[in-house]
Amino acid sequence: MTIELKQIIEALLFSAERPLSLKEIRQIIAEATDEENPGSIEGFRNVREAQIAVVLEEIKVEFDTQLRSFQLVEIAGGWRLMSRPEYAPWLKKLLDEARPHRLSQPALETLSIVALRQPISRADVAGIRGVEVDGVIRSLLERDLITITGRSDAPGKPLLYGTTQRFLEHFGLRNLDDMPKATELRAQAAALKTAEAKATTPVSENEGQAPTTPQPN
Amino acid sequence: MDSVEADYKVKLEVFEGPLDLLLYLIKKEEVDIYDIPIERITNQYMEYLSLMKLLNLEVAGEFLVMAATLMYIKSRMLLPADQQVTDAEGEEGEDPRWELIRQLVEYKKFKDAALQLGRREEEQSHLFPRQVGDLGFESQPDQPLAEVGIFDLINAFNQVLKKASEREDFREIFEERFTVSDKIEEILYTLRDRLEMVFSELFANAGSRAEVVVTFLALLELIRLKRLRVQQVEAFGEINVTKVV
Repeated sequence: MTIELKQIIEALLFSAERPLSLKEIRQIIAEATDEENPGSIEGFRNVREAQIAVVLEEIKVEFDTQLRSFQLVEIAGGWRLMSRPEYAPWLKKLLDEARPHRLSQPALETLSIVALRQPISRADVAGIRGVEVDGVIRSLLERDLITITGRSDAPGKPLLYGTTQRFLEHFGLRNLDDMPKATELRAQAAALKTAEAKATTPVSENEGQAPTTPQPN
Repeated sequence: MDSVEADYKVKLEVFEGPLDLLLYLIKKEEVDIYDIPIERITNQYMEYLSLMKLLNLEVAGEFLVMAATLMYIKSRMLLPADQQVTDAEGEEGEDPRWELIRQLVEYKKFKDAALQLGRREEEQSHLFPRQVGDLGFESQPDQPLAEVGIFDLINAFNQVLKKASEREDFREIFEERFTVSDKIEEILYTLRDRLEMVFSELFANAGSRAEVVVTFLALLELIRLKRLRVQQVEAFGEINVTKVV
């Protein structure tokens, strides 16, 4: 039997524990060795990512048209075999306790903010949500949905947070552009930054006194 | 008031924060978010706050800050246009509501995004990836590693403390600035792009006894959470701290 590229890729997807990217697949194929039968893999050495992309699409269509119980899904920057939603009742039973519970509304809001504004400090997240986020941030860190990505140069050098690969997988997102409202909310941040840059001109002196705190009537 | 009653506080889950409450009121009153009738909304807001107090619900500080902000905006709205205070931004005659509106609009967008994200999560929870089980043999490490027990850890910790006391500059001059959760994050940050570190490295930069203790507690917590593993090549040897992946 002659091996085809499609079968190699299918085998990789079948055995992979994580989504495989085009780059990874290409690298694996280029670097694979077979001491007993070196000739059999030589032909695939120089495979290009574009070819792999075509094959992945073929496999995807094949599974779809054959009405298989699983499908090839583009997720978290790669491709992965996943069951179809129709089979959830049985699979949930099979894998029950391994499945994490769904996230709370505050957790989802915090994640949306971190995902679209990363890297971002705790204080900035709290500023957008209008409430403290310490507890939520901690539980998101524990669940490996966000991670520390560095420290800001702002006073106190606060830690900065970003989302993880696990985050993309949890929500079935291909990448961060796949986030709901991604373009809109990112563009808004960019616009704000330019506005801030413009506003750094010195404040003139004729502003008068700071307003006195008014009394509620 | 009955003391039992006074102790009984429930956190109101309906409104996570003051922005949620405001958005709710704006929706309920069917008013334009870009043209909030500030007096009406402020009154409603205050009514909800007193209701929350009446029900003996814990009112978070943020709700009170927002109440003050609303009062301030309301009073500024009463001033004629030519007497408006121009703020630091220098935009003359800027609508006093603007900053709040901007914040509300932005928050609402994230709230909507979160809602959609929740739907994605729901959809995704019906899909299962292939679970590749443990093949039963891991690729052989160079040296056999043994899991470290709590006594080994305490022993190593004790050595760090002793070493620390030997150091000349080791005095308590600073007030305690470290919390366990800060340290947890710091340790994870140190391990962000490597798999392991040695035990003593954790304490290399510790500036006080208190920091050593807090660092150690953070390590124990991370082990409990199964984020880290501690292993040893030989008995009483150097302890390796490894990230669980």
